[in-house]
Amino acid sequence: MSQVNVPLAGHSTDLTVGPAFSIPTKKLAMWLFIIADTMTFAACLLAYGFLRNGAANWPRPFHSITNVAVMTLILLTSSLTMLFGLRAARAGDKSAAFRWTMVTAALGIVFALLHIREWLALIHEGMTLFQNPWGNGLFGASFFSITGLHLTHVTGGVIALLAVGLRYRAGRYNADDVEVLSLYWHFVDLVWMFVVPLVYLLNLSH
Amino acid sequence: MTAAEATKSNGMKKDIAIYVCLLILAAFQFVIAFQNISSSQMLIRMLVVACAEAALAALFFMHLWTEKRGFLLFVAIFTVFVILGMQFGWTDSSRMVVGAPYSTTEK
Repeated sequence: MSQVNVPLAGHSTDLTVGPAFSIPTKKLAMWLFIIADTMTFAACLLAYGFLRNGAANWPRPFHSITNVAVMTLILLTSSLTMLFGLRAARAGDKSAAFRWTMVTAALGIVFALLHIREWLALIHEGMTLFQNPWGNGLFGASFFSITGLHLTHVTGGVIALLAVGLRYRAGRYNADDVEVLSLYWHFVDLVWMFVVPLVYLLNLSH
Repeated sequence: MTAAEATKSNGMKKDIAIYVCLLILAAFQFVIAFQNISSSQMLIRMLVVACAEAALAALFFMHLWTEKRGFLLFVAIFTVFVILGMQFGWTDSSRMVVGAPYSTTEK
C-alpha cells in the first residue's frame, strides 16, 4: 500500500491526494517561483523608488526612446511567438512548436544584445555603479541592478527556451513543459512593463 | 478546416488581439512620458497603464483567466498584499528629503 492511500484519522483523503488547485505540480511550482520573483523585482523597484524620491539631483540621462521602444516591441513580440509555440505544441504540431520556440529564443537574444549595447553606451559616457557625469551617483547602481537582474532572467530564459525546444523536438519533453516555460517567459515580459516606465521613461531628458 | 484547427485559429486571433492591446498600452506609456505634467502625476499614470498591461498579460498570455478561480484569487491576493505591504517605507524615503517629522530642534 502506498503512503498516499493511507487515510489520515479525521481527514478526508481528498485533501491529501492530487495537486493543489487542480493544476499540474510543475506548473504550480513555476507559479510559486513567479510569485517569489515578483517580490524580488518589486523590492528592487521599490528600493529604486525610495532612492529616486529621496536623493537630490537625480540624473535624467536618456535622450531617446528609440532603443527602449524597440526592446519593448521585441519582448512583446517574443511573448506572442511563445504563445504560438504553445498552441502548436498543444495541437501536437512538433515542428511548428519547435520553430516558434526558436523564434522566441532568437528574439530574446536580440533583446539581450540591444540591452548590452545600451549598457556599453552608458558606460562609455562615464556611468559606473557609483558615479556618473549627470548627477546622483546612486543612479548607476540602481539602473545596473534592475536592468541587470532582468537581463539575467532573459538570458536564463533564452537558455531554457533552447534546451526545452530541442528536448521537445527529441520527444523528451511534452506540451506541458513548453507551457511551464512559457509562463516564465511571459513573466519576464510582464516585469519589463514596469521597468520601462520607472527606469527609462521617468528619466528622459526633455 | 477541422474543429481542432478552427479552435487553434480562434485562439491565435485572440492572442493577436491581446498582443495589439499590449502594444497600444505600451505606446501610451511613451506618450505619457512626453506630457507636460509633474513627475508624480506621470508616475501614477504610467503605473496605472503598467498594471493594466500586467493584468492582460497574466490573465490571457499566462492563462490565469482559465485556471481555477481559487488559484486566481490565491495569486492575486498574495501578490497584491505583499506588494502593498512593501509600501510602508515611503515615509522614510520622504524623510530623507524633508526631514523627520517632529524631529526639529527649533522652538
